[in-house]
Amino acid sequence: MAKKLRSKKGAERLSNAIIYVILVIISFIWLVPFAYMLMQSFRGEIGLATSSFFPRKWTFDNYIKLFTETKPFNFLKWYGTTLIIAVVVTVIQTVIVLVTSYALSRLRFKMRKPLMNLMLVLGMFPGFMSMTALYFLLKLMNLTQDFGIVGLIFVYVGSSCMGYYVCKGFFDTIPRSLDEAARIDGASRRMVFFKIILPLAKPIIIYTVLTSFLAPWGEYMFASLITLGNQNNWNVAVGLKEMLQRETAAEYFTRFCAAAVIVSIVPTGLFFMLQRYYVEGVTGGSVKG
Amino acid sequence: MTERIPELEYLKMTALQKFGYNFVWFFTDIPNKFKRFFTAVIPALFLRLWYTLKGWFSVISNAAKYGDWKTRMSFVVMGFSHLARKQIMRGLIYLVFEVLFVLYMVFFGAGQLAMFGTLGTHERGSYIDPVTGIEKYTAGDNSLLILIYSILTLFIIVAFVYLWYYNLKTGYAAQEIEEARKKLPTARDDIASLADEQYHKTLLSVPLLGLTIFTIFPIIFMIFVAFTNYDVNHNPPTTLFTWIGWDNFAKLFGGGAVGAANNFGKVFLDILIWTVIWAFFATFSNYILGMIVALIINKKGIRLKKLWRTILILTIAVPQFISLLLMSQMLSDTGFVNTMLQEWGITSGPIPFLSDGTVAKVTIIVVNMWVGIPYTMLMCTGILMNIPEDLYESAKIDGAGPVKAYMKITLPYVLHVTTPYLITQFIGNLNNFNVIFLLTGGAPLLSEGAAGGAGQTDLLITWLYKMIMNEKLYGVASVISIMMFIITAAISLVVYNRSKAVKNEEDFM
Repeated sequence: MAKKLRSKKGAERLSNAIIYVILVIISFIWLVPFAYMLMQSFRGEIGLATSSFFPRKWTFDNYIKLFTETKPFNFLKWYGTTLIIAVVVTVIQTVIVLVTSYALSRLRFKMRKPLMNLMLVLGMFPGFMSMTALYFLLKLMNLTQDFGIVGLIFVYVGSSCMGYYVCKGFFDTIPRSLDEAARIDGASRRMVFFKIILPLAKPIIIYTVLTSFLAPWGEYMFASLITLGNQNNWNVAVGLKEMLQRETAAEYFTRFCAAAVIVSIVPTGLFFMLQRYYVEGVTGGSVKG
Repeated sequence: MTERIPELEYLKMTALQKFGYNFVWFFTDIPNKFKRFFTAVIPALFLRLWYTLKGWFSVISNAAKYGDWKTRMSFVVMGFSHLARKQIMRGLIYLVFEVLFVLYMVFFGAGQLAMFGTLGTHERGSYIDPVTGIEKYTAGDNSLLILIYSILTLFIIVAFVYLWYYNLKTGYAAQEIEEARKKLPTARDDIASLADEQYHKTLLSVPLLGLTIFTIFPIIFMIFVAFTNYDVNHNPPTTLFTWIGWDNFAKLFGGGAVGAANNFGKVFLDILIWTVIWAFFATFSNYILGMIVALIINKKGIRLKKLWRTILILTIAVPQFISLLLMSQMLSDTGFVNTMLQEWGITSGPIPFLSDGTVAKVTIIVVNMWVGIPYTMLMCTGILMNIPEDLYESAKIDGAGPVKAYMKITLPYVLHVTTPYLITQFIGNLNNFNVIFLLTGGAPLLSEGAAGGAGQTDLLITWLYKMIMNEKLYGVASVISIMMFIITAAISLVVYNRSKAVKNEEDFM
């Protein structure tokens, strides 16, 4: 009996050891590219790649040049643009998502189901499909090129009510008896929203803020179209991609790495700080579909 | 397999068999699904539309038949019924909209609609100014503006008709309230009700306006463009474009006018096949491996769980475009990986990770795993924690080993819960722009002179991007957009209809 127990323990230990080995390999694979990026950002030699992981000549130049040089690439401007877009989009999108979710979760009106079906169908059109139309529409309103930032904000915010699923799923789980009690006490639906639902919705508000803040940092498709030919209004995604164009890739690769490190700081930091809420949203969303 | 196996046999299967069966069934059933879609779903939709319209007509005819003179005046002067019953605010709102609409139509809308049939007839001319010697242009029609403004006018007309109907409805309702000798709601009541009974109108007006302008309008515009010859040779304001019927569709499906470089049909098919293959592998490789990673991290007795997770989550936290651009450089012919491989003498020349079509396809799927596994891992971790512990306890007491417990408890549970996620992932991957565009940009070229500059690793969506940005083939691009919509819509409608999460919405309340 004791022997059997010991052998079982041994098998357990062996399987755990194998798992640790796998985990270490996985971690290695996942970390190396980022470590490489960090190292390369301090590299003094130019060129796309050198034959060593660590820089032979350490330097801060790549970072300094990012902030001091404005030609041909004006990184600081891109960063500012992206930050402004992200902040404005976050505020507007969060409000729209909350409001839509409350209406669809708690209020009952004739168009509710048709509306939800409509949004489902609209969500199946490739977002890209509307691209040309949006471009011309914004051009008519003079919101491309010089006012590209405003145009981009409109595009990102425009259909944000379609992202109501996760938030509505959360609202659905708040017991209805709460609002009914308040309604009996004479609260209007507006008061129920502000006094009962919103105070309980902190996790989902944070989730919405987080996701809507992170999205504009990596958006390339619309940003490249709407700011076409106007460097000043590029966001970081378009700008950094431009840095790696075939002609400039070798020269600017180290600077790209430096820029990437700087761009990553805010989103990554924020993400790790609010990770818990993100996980809740993702799992909640998947469970509810 | 034309019919599902009997329920009893289905119930006898293990979870994995059930999943496999459902998977195969899903694809074999596609023709039937289409049949059902056209014989059941579409007619039901029209039936509902018909009833709605019938409801409208009955409201209108009631207002005409039983309305007093005040209500009847509303047919012509909107809001009259309210104004005459001292509901000044309501009446004025209707009236203002009517005046605005008439002014818009007279001075602008009608003119645009008149040109809708031809999309303009006068091409822009140019002449050399005799005084300055600079080339100047005579004003011509701009097909693009005509099209946009016409659609806008159509939208406005539809909205106005609805408002007109609503004016009759509320006007007649006001009359009924008056006849019942009850108090008519005042302006103050109306405003109060916008915060209560009518609160959904207050909340949803702005989001829906955004939806209409930024989603519905562009889609309708694209559908119209699909029937025009809008391309680089018919490009306003220099030249006009016009309606060409189904020619763009014919281009895509062979036949039709055969032009010089008309290989759209073949290219479309090639890209479609790769798009589906990609979506399949991208979705399932991430799903299966992500679940395995979550399981081994979650295994009892493994320490530092949080550390392992955090390392993986790094790819979610760092903006995706950075990881992808970085990868594209590291894997390029002169990039880090190839330099190192040659330095160590493992290979003599660079491995064409991203420059050879076939290799690039594999590379893309592998890199996508690197990007995507953490998402599945994160999600599965949450779900695994939700499985009640006593299920495993009782399984243990019944003598089930870890493998059996996994097959009987974990897998079915996770599969059940994440099916909607799988579907959305699949559809998301069909339209995954970033991974392809930032890694390879669709390169290498499919063939010399491939339609729309298509590359071997291009998905439909990146092909579309190139067509619009570089080749300016708006007409054909619209047709492809419509095709993409039909494909995604067909898949998702069927699946969403089956998914319980949508059906049992009220269970949570």
